[in-house]
Amino acid sequence: MDFGPHLFLAILEGTVTAAVLALTALGLSLVFGVMRVVNVAHGEFFMLGAVLAWWFASLVSGSPALGFLVALVLSPLAVGAVALLCERTVLRRVNYDPEATIVATIGLLYIIQQLVLTFYGPDARPVPAPINFRIQFPWFGYSGYKLVVVAASVALLIATWLVLTRTRLGLVMRATQYDRETAQAFAIPVDRVYAVVFAIGAMLAAVAAVLIVPIQQAHYLMGHDPLLLSFIVVIIGGLGSILGTVVAAAIVGLSDGVISVFFSPTLAKILATLLVALVLVVRPQGLFGEAPR
Amino acid sequence: MKLLRLAALPRPYAWLIDPAVILHVGALAALLVAQLVLSDYAILSLARVMVLAVYAVGYNILFGYAGLLSLGHAMLFAAGLYGAGLSAAHLSFGAPEAFLAGIAAGFALSLAFGLVALRTSGVAFMIVTLMFAQAGYLTSLYFADYTRGDEGFVLRGDIRRAVLPGGLSLDLTNPVVRYNLALALLAVCLIGCLALVRSPVGRVLVAIRENEERTRMLGYDTQATKLLALVLSGTVAAAAGAAYALLFAYVGATFASIQYSILPLLWVLLGGAGTVLGPLVGTVLMFYLVDVTSGYTSAYMLVVGVALLVLVVWFPKGLLGTLRERAMPWLP
Repeated sequence: MDFGPHLFLAILEGTVTAAVLALTALGLSLVFGVMRVVNVAHGEFFMLGAVLAWWFASLVSGSPALGFLVALVLSPLAVGAVALLCERTVLRRVNYDPEATIVATIGLLYIIQQLVLTFYGPDARPVPAPINFRIQFPWFGYSGYKLVVVAASVALLIATWLVLTRTRLGLVMRATQYDRETAQAFAIPVDRVYAVVFAIGAMLAAVAAVLIVPIQQAHYLMGHDPLLLSFIVVIIGGLGSILGTVVAAAIVGLSDGVISVFFSPTLAKILATLLVALVLVVRPQGLFGEAPR
Repeated sequence: MKLLRLAALPRPYAWLIDPAVILHVGALAALLVAQLVLSDYAILSLARVMVLAVYAVGYNILFGYAGLLSLGHAMLFAAGLYGAGLSAAHLSFGAPEAFLAGIAAGFALSLAFGLVALRTSGVAFMIVTLMFAQAGYLTSLYFADYTRGDEGFVLRGDIRRAVLPGGLSLDLTNPVVRYNLALALLAVCLIGCLALVRSPVGRVLVAIRENEERTRMLGYDTQATKLLALVLSGTVAAAAGAAYALLFAYVGATFASIQYSILPLLWVLLGGAGTVLGPLVGTVLMFYLVDVTSGYTSAYMLVVGVALLVLVVWFPKGLLGTLRERAMPWLP
């Protein structure tokens, strides 16, 4: 293949990565923005979404499309319920203290990982794609499902944005993010908003995982990379900034796709992590974030 | 305690009856005597635990006293591990030189790391340290030609025999020699840590942990003190790494992974952050907790996770921290 088509393929792959990453990172960003805590177990909610998707899909016999749709609905709901349980039993008890929350979510990370390893096993298992067609470009054929993933992610991103800006729930969430105490004074149930936001954040990761699981197989260690990449995205985009998160996901996803095709993926990851650490040192509020008031 | 305090010795000897000094020297003496009664297996595992406890002691200087939560100490542990392991394997360094090389590597890396990472604070500091450690882990995988990546490599032959300047030769494959070397390193680090936290610098560190703004207002250079704490902490962690490589002859990338940044945090939290003896207590308890439960189940990650949750929710001060609060306020 020539350089041009090769680059085109790299960009296509990068777009798929970027779309899924944007959804995952948005969940992390939302939780950080509203609750001011870093959820280290976010990658495990992603992994749990994928593993549950496999389980739900395997329960449904018949057409793979039906199984996938069942998984797409039920898996994020189940993950949201797990997240809600974690929030009520652990995070609320440590009073959302930033450092204690990090340690506590590390604990949740280990627990979820071990439970999945025990009950699901160390194997990687695929979920069949709901649709099966290839788009034939002049140089190569490309999986149509991957483009569906991109479209679905974009639709979900827009839906999240609409919820945040156009609904009462979004208004309440933004008010809590803006000033927790004043929101409380205006009779906003901040405590319940936190619980809902934490669950929504986890559900976004789970949806992203269900979308990706026909491409990547479900495995109990699959949460590591999304977690680190989401961190990178959220930091570059500015902690708590939704638009920044999406822009940064596009940058990171595309460059990850392109660099991994042409250079060593390990080297690309080393450079990306160092770069992000330096961004955080020089501009702690991120590239698009606003300085704290 | 009152009796002890009443019996005043002349000032230069006052530390001899200091309950804290007696407690720490007593704990080390107990470990020294323990090797006479313990089984071979216990001696083997306790040597490992003591080296890991040195790592926890180093971690505690930064986390417990300066109040900086680092999620990247595995990088510094691994700097000592690889500094010693690689120089022994590829540059044919002897064991003492390799040990010093490991410490030097850890010192240099923690200095550079501190200069950059300490520009941030709070949650940003945790994430920056996490990112650096991840870059360090990936680097050890990238240079797999030398490090053999996850698989790691084993130190063999002459390296396992340390010839000291006095002509004394130590066989590092001998469990008893290993036990006593590990104990010696632990003793140096533990007593050093006790001296540090009772020195004026140690007081400033605690002041920074409690309120950095006020400490700065009082005229202390908090930035320099935090850097000192990070470098000391990193160098001790690297010493533990170097000792681990030389005593147990295995060097692998697992020790640079995130898990090994979390473990010292867990040990220190369990024993009590900001207590000198806490890291040792925490490491011993956690090691044997995992050891015992692994007899019944392979789910050791569950034990680690549940322990972290229980500590954070119910005992944020750890065992010795709670003890200090309730009964022994003199505990350093």
